[in-house]
Amino acid sequence: MKYLALIYSSPETNPMPNTPEFGEMIAGYKAAWETYEKDGVVLAGEALQPVETATSIRIRNGETELMDGPFAETKEQLGGFYMFECDSLDDAIKYAKLIPTAQNGTVEVRPIQTYDLG
Amino acid sequence: MTKAAPDAVHTAIDYTLRQDRGRLIAALTAAIGDFELAEECLQDAIEAALEKWPASGIPKSRRGWLLQVARRRALDRFRRDKSLKEKSAQIAVLEQAEADAPEDTHDIPDHRLRLIFTCCHPALDEKTRVALTLRTLGGLTTEEIARAYLDKPATMGQRLSRARSKISKAGIPFEIPDGEALEERINSVLSVIYLIFNEGYAASSGDAPIRTDLCDEAIFLARLMVQLCPDAPEVAGLLALILLTHSRNKARYLDGAFVPLDEQDRNLWDQKRIKEGQSILEAAMKRGQVGPYQLQAAITALHCEAASAEGTDWPQIAALYRLMEQIAPSDIVRLNLAVAVSYAEGAEKALGMMEPLARSLGKYQPYFAAKADMLRRAGQIAQARVAYESALALTTGQADRSFLHDRLTAIGDLPKKRPS
Repeated sequence: MKYLALIYSSPETNPMPNTPEFGEMIAGYKAAWETYEKDGVVLAGEALQPVETATSIRIRNGETELMDGPFAETKEQLGGFYMFECDSLDDAIKYAKLIPTAQNGTVEVRPIQTYDLG
Repeated sequence: MTKAAPDAVHTAIDYTLRQDRGRLIAALTAAIGDFELAEECLQDAIEAALEKWPASGIPKSRRGWLLQVARRRALDRFRRDKSLKEKSAQIAVLEQAEADAPEDTHDIPDHRLRLIFTCCHPALDEKTRVALTLRTLGGLTTEEIARAYLDKPATMGQRLSRARSKISKAGIPFEIPDGEALEERINSVLSVIYLIFNEGYAASSGDAPIRTDLCDEAIFLARLMVQLCPDAPEVAGLLALILLTHSRNKARYLDGAFVPLDEQDRNLWDQKRIKEGQSILEAAMKRGQVGPYQLQAAITALHCEAASAEGTDWPQIAALYRLMEQIAPSDIVRLNLAVAVSYAEGAEKALGMMEPLARSLGKYQPYFAAKADMLRRAGQIAQARVAYESALALTTGQADRSFLHDRLTAIGDLPKKRPS
């Protein structure tokens, strides 16, 4: 099964650059990626530019509306993701737990829906 | 086979599901690989039984019949549904089962332990875990579970179907967890098993005072857990607790009427269960990792060891509840502590400890039953009557109602004798 691990964090609780905590977080992401590659479970994984760079799009009655920023105003913002290929939710949770941001933000694990288009 | 009346068919199906629902769902999930689909196929099989049994008669092995029909339904779906074509492994398993001789009642492989880990998965919220385990492994109806948790049946039904859907779509595995996840998964399972036992023991619904099938189910599951986790003292603690509590079940009801602990005929207590419980508990306690289940088992063991109600070591029981209040504080523990104190140090002192609990336990039947008894022993008859009435209003089991009613009538005589 494919799972998407969505990484949410708030700027207030994220470690600041040039602090030891920031260094630990970066090292944690590096270590996690090495485990993912070694176990052959990662299909994709990216960090996103800050939420200030986001553009939201809505089309209503044929009219395109662009919005500066994210659609939803929440404290924790989507900051990155991994896509895993795992046998079960237990395995997906095991790998998602390695994401350092789980320690100050939230990681949401969602199964990918599959369609049979054949 | 002879024909069967529709009523008899309903009774036979209800009884079979009560006994064997868990075993059937576990066997189907193992064969099909999908819990939600297993539920749907069993439902199909139940409908087929309702349709066919009145004409064909009730088969000798009812669960064997249901399992076979459910498997056939699953096979049909796999063959028909193109999106399920990756399921060749499952199709092979089902075809093999189909080719084998018809199931005897005793040769359905037991996959219930895997099923309980699935139903108790922490990705489901706690209430859902309990409800799903009771429904799936305990074989309770949705209505019974709804009543136990003060929910509407429709709400509980939605909760159960959401849970099945999540298990299937999110890939919650049907397997025994390993490694570091095992301990937290075990704790989740233990609390669910204990709740199943209590549902059977307390019989919050219906007229059968003790639903031994559920108690036996809990004992069976607790034993399986002990086999799986021989080094976890709390697992043994839970089994000891259940065995010790269950040892008294024959003495708890006389002619359908509830008998309180202090009036029970101790000759009816099951000494074999008591001895087994004691030795399991002793071995667990030696490990020096005390927990709530071991403490509760130790308290129950003290009751079992007393030759008479008067001979009960209440100061020791109160001490164990105080320890329990430290490691697992809750108002239920404080209520039990108050009851122990009422015997060890007097009802008046205990009534003082009951006051702060009134708010949180204001809808909890045992709170009023205990309070009524303390008031009665303290000679505060008018207030005792009010408390008995509150307890009665919260009681649904017929045997418990009769007991409370008798107590109420007994004290009700007193004021009438006074000149008015």
